[in-house]
Amino acid sequence: MKILHIDKASWDKGVLKSGETYRLTGPVKDKDTHAFKNLNDGELPDMGYVETKMSPKALLFPRSEVMLTYSTNPHDGNCNIMKEASKAYPPRAVIGIRPFDAKAIQLVKLNFDTEEYKDPYWLKAYEACTFVGLAINQPSITDFSTSCNTGPFDETGLDVLVVDTGHGFLAKILSTKGQAWADAAGFNIEAGADAASKITAMKKEAEANIVSKISVDKIAGKTVLELFDAGHWEDTAFGCINCGTCTFACPTCWCFDIQDETYGTQGVRIKNWDSCMTGLFTMHGSGHNPREYPYQRTRQRFMHKLKYFMDKYQEGIMCVGCGRCIKQCPANIDIREICNTMNQ
Amino acid sequence: MENPYIPYPVSIDDIQIATEDKSLKTFRFVFQNKSDEEKFAYKAGQFAELSIPGLGEIPIGIASSPTEKGFVTFTVFKTGKVTSHLHTMKVGDTMGIRGPLGNWYPWDTLMGKNILIIGGGFAFTTLRSSIKMMLDPSNRSVFGNIDVVYGARTPGMLLYKDELFEWGKREDINMHLTVDTEAPNWDYHVGFTPAITEKVAPKASDDTYAIVCGPPIMIKFTLPVLEKLGYKHDHIIMSLENRMKCGIGMCGRCNIGTELVCKDGPIFTLSDINKTPKEY
Repeated sequence: MKILHIDKASWDKGVLKSGETYRLTGPVKDKDTHAFKNLNDGELPDMGYVETKMSPKALLFPRSEVMLTYSTNPHDGNCNIMKEASKAYPPRAVIGIRPFDAKAIQLVKLNFDTEEYKDPYWLKAYEACTFVGLAINQPSITDFSTSCNTGPFDETGLDVLVVDTGHGFLAKILSTKGQAWADAAGFNIEAGADAASKITAMKKEAEANIVSKISVDKIAGKTVLELFDAGHWEDTAFGCINCGTCTFACPTCWCFDIQDETYGTQGVRIKNWDSCMTGLFTMHGSGHNPREYPYQRTRQRFMHKLKYFMDKYQEGIMCVGCGRCIKQCPANIDIREICNTMNQ
Repeated sequence: MENPYIPYPVSIDDIQIATEDKSLKTFRFVFQNKSDEEKFAYKAGQFAELSIPGLGEIPIGIASSPTEKGFVTFTVFKTGKVTSHLHTMKVGDTMGIRGPLGNWYPWDTLMGKNILIIGGGFAFTTLRSSIKMMLDPSNRSVFGNIDVVYGARTPGMLLYKDELFEWGKREDINMHLTVDTEAPNWDYHVGFTPAITEKVAPKASDDTYAIVCGPPIMIKFTLPVLEKLGYKHDHIIMSLENRMKCGIGMCGRCNIGTELVCKDGPIFTLSDINKTPKEY
């Protein structure tokens, strides 16, 4: 596997050069935190960023996305006939994505790219992307990614893994897409023979700094009903106010709603982020609601992440241990504690 | 890449009031593009999203039979925004249908078997599709005995009455119609569906399957009857409903445990359902 060495001055120039071929997206300062945004001409991703409040899932799964268009004007030939909204998917380089967020995209892919149905909006956006990941040298105290089949240097789902060595970057090329981006950036200086061992050592050090761990071994061995019917859920969910912050901040939450919006006689059918935390999410037309009580919705979220997903896809849990939900929950709900309770 | 969110354009070809209280109407749709009809090849038990631009979509069981060509029918209860609007629509109007969606009654397993169909109220749509399909001359010999227990509050609330009475005259199907209380000119059973089921249901055997579709209260009291009659849980087949949006297993709201009602269902055996949380 080829590893390039890029000094920091060349990095800036090369990234901007790659902007001639790719639409660039990366972490930029946003109020008191960072956010993944499309970069303007001449704008560079902040490779010194610590974390983004929201995960980059919105790049492929926008908060609100027009899927179809229609006219309700009876004089239009296509009155009341839905058409796919026209959208362009130019090549995009996602610079500085964290390894656990790239792993999350692979988990979300299991939902949107199935044998029977493919979500064309998600998939076309995904296929247009080249993921240039940035390894995490100093994991945060809420990072438990190494217990979630990923980690600070995980290469899953990445086309390039960039490691900040302090003096410059080492860029490990992981796919032909990654090579194409490096070519477009003009990055071609191969790193010395010790580059691989340097990355391995930094990886080991970063992983050793992760002190937060979860285990799902007993969850795996229990049945869905054993976990669902466990007596702790009302207590576990007691503090939860069902605000949905965790679902929106989560890189692996994929639930959505579909709504129509008509302006005069022209309208759009939109896919919007939705949340299993809301009562309307499951309410039947009759008014009957299978998850009528708030604790049932909290239970659904954790059962989905830590059991249903595991059983359905055999790809581990639906959590990458990024820690966003722990940091942002207004009620101090901690998925690690709930996981421990479930794993008793 | 096929876009599973785009509905096929259809025209409303016929509208019939289905029940005496006018809360249900049966809509017959024809596809505006012939090729879409071929793509919409379905099996009895499946559903589709009826799509009205500006209002939204609703998941509704397909009431027509795959043996009926040139159209598809749906019987719709007026309950929310989309269904209320649909009830105001007229013959000739354009709207959309997305599907067919979900799985179907396990017809491969049911070949050569006796079938007991138990329906209640307006959950008879996919059962009508199934009966019509099984009674088709090309299919009837494929199945064993067919018994149907169908109950409604009053005779006027039974769906597809003309067909029910026609089937009642046939030798190759046993119809057991019932209403909750005595009614004028009603010569059939009187009583709740579970009680009638207990009286008329064929004996349980490895070769006899029950298909149950109805309101929760009917299901609650029918399942113990079937158990008492000796029906094994993997011989009891049910169709579930949950709130749905995408219909293709992606939007995340209709799950019962690991199973997505829209894609892995809506048809499950009772033994499957027993393994899942009762979140429906």
